[in-house]
Amino acid sequence: MTTLRLEHVSRWYQNVVAVNDVTMTIGPGVTGLLGPNGAGKSTLIAMMSGFLAPSAGSVTLDDERLWRNEKIYRRIGIVPEREALFDYLTGRQFVVANAELHGLADPGAATQRALALVEMTDAQDRVISTYSKGMRQRVKMASALVHDPEVLLLDEPFNGMDPRQRMHLMELLHRRGGEGRTVLFSSHILEEVEQVARQIEVVVAGRHAASGDFGAIRRLMTDRPNRYVLRTSADRRLASALVADPSVRAVSLRPEGGLEVSAGDFGRFSAVLPQMASREGVRLLEVTPTDESLESVFSYLVAT
Amino acid sequence: MNRTIVRLGLRSVFGRRRGILLFVLPVVLIGLGLLVRLLAGATGDNAETVLDELGLTIVVPLVALIATTGLLAPEIDDGSISYLLAKPVSRHTIVLSKLVVAVGCVLVFAALPMLVTGLLIAPDEPRLALGYAIGTLAGGTAYAALFALLSVLTKHAVVVGLIYLLVWETLVGSLLDGVRWFSIARWSSVVVEEVTSVDVAQGLGPAYAVSALAVVILGATYLTGRRLRSFNLTGED
Repeated sequence: MTTLRLEHVSRWYQNVVAVNDVTMTIGPGVTGLLGPNGAGKSTLIAMMSGFLAPSAGSVTLDDERLWRNEKIYRRIGIVPEREALFDYLTGRQFVVANAELHGLADPGAATQRALALVEMTDAQDRVISTYSKGMRQRVKMASALVHDPEVLLLDEPFNGMDPRQRMHLMELLHRRGGEGRTVLFSSHILEEVEQVARQIEVVVAGRHAASGDFGAIRRLMTDRPNRYVLRTSADRRLASALVADPSVRAVSLRPEGGLEVSAGDFGRFSAVLPQMASREGVRLLEVTPTDESLESVFSYLVAT
Repeated sequence: MNRTIVRLGLRSVFGRRRGILLFVLPVVLIGLGLLVRLLAGATGDNAETVLDELGLTIVVPLVALIATTGLLAPEIDDGSISYLLAKPVSRHTIVLSKLVVAVGCVLVFAALPMLVTGLLIAPDEPRLALGYAIGTLAGGTAYAALFALLSVLTKHAVVVGLIYLLVWETLVGSLLDGVRWFSIARWSSVVVEEVTSVDVAQGLGPAYAVSALAVVILGATYLTGRRLRSFNLTGED
């Protein structure tokens, strides 16, 4: 069992708190670290990678601490978010160097295996500076997989990938997770996370906001009250009709005109609204969901 | 020492445009040496002037600065150092391997050109050329260790290094005599003096100069490794 454990981990920079008292356990399988930009995902991954000391709390891999412990890298592969690689090397030279630094018995063979996994065999003899963003991402991936680590940490790995590359990486992560290895990747896109990750950890504003399988997180997000702003030809008339329907939790009149509606059951509300409007003879001029963005979804998650 | 890091280090020094400067500096030194020999004559005094004023004061520290900062600063800057740090390799080994490359550069692009220039201007005094070459190697190694430490302490290692060279070693060093106790340039001159038995009137004992150089080399190397061990590397979050 390979388990990455964070216990009451905080990290601050001078007086800015990036990560605030986070406790989580990441076990075998694929885990998605989900959160909006600037939520502290990279800081968390940096601490799990042993690149950053926690200001408080502890980060361990099977009870071995990560900070200032070089030996632990035999068991961990890291795919950083930053683009920079050794641009003057070819893809193969770069991965070979990584294999050698891990002290592998046969760096050449390990390199070919890793390059094949990410489908970079054909481009391996090109200089990295000529690679596209997606190719860089894959060669980074190969360098992290070359020693076949038990734990794989990826910071925003899907950034800059085209749909086909994205699919391929998802398959790869899925396969490793299925083999019982521990895989953790960060993303700010829910759809990305729920496609691969069995377990999702949500981080918002440095705090651990939610945790569970994607079903649980999805429910948490969709069963929330949906808010809409309606502009109609007769606000008050529609409002009184809306209040009568069980799918609606609250209606208020906006001072500047229009209605603000909070609906509990999204499916029912979207079916009922047009029927109700036509029955009442009210024209719907505009229906705008006000909390479509992920940030508001997150803020809802944090508030509860 | 780690052979892979040495190999990567060599590639990174010569893979960047800055690496060209490493070839330019010795060419200028040897070129000037040739000019002096043709125009001013082949004398030991002329050799000393060139090797002191251009060699020890400018070429040696610059070669050490370019080589060392080219090895560490860009990788720290762009984050690619994480590929070295995420390995079961001791941080001291990483620093040591990088310094091996830097000292190799000092040997090839500073010490050997000093030897050649010395022999060119004063072919009858091989001891003089040898002295400067050894002084260069000792001083250049100390500079390299110091600049390595600067690279892990500040993002502006090149600028800080240049300011240190211009202000401390050159300006303050020539104004205040007491600086000689704390000047790598002066210590290397003492080493030169010792080998060539030329009196440069440094007023420092060779024992002091050699131990001071050793302290800087060992101390800075150790501190660089220690600093790299607790190096906080963050993403772009």
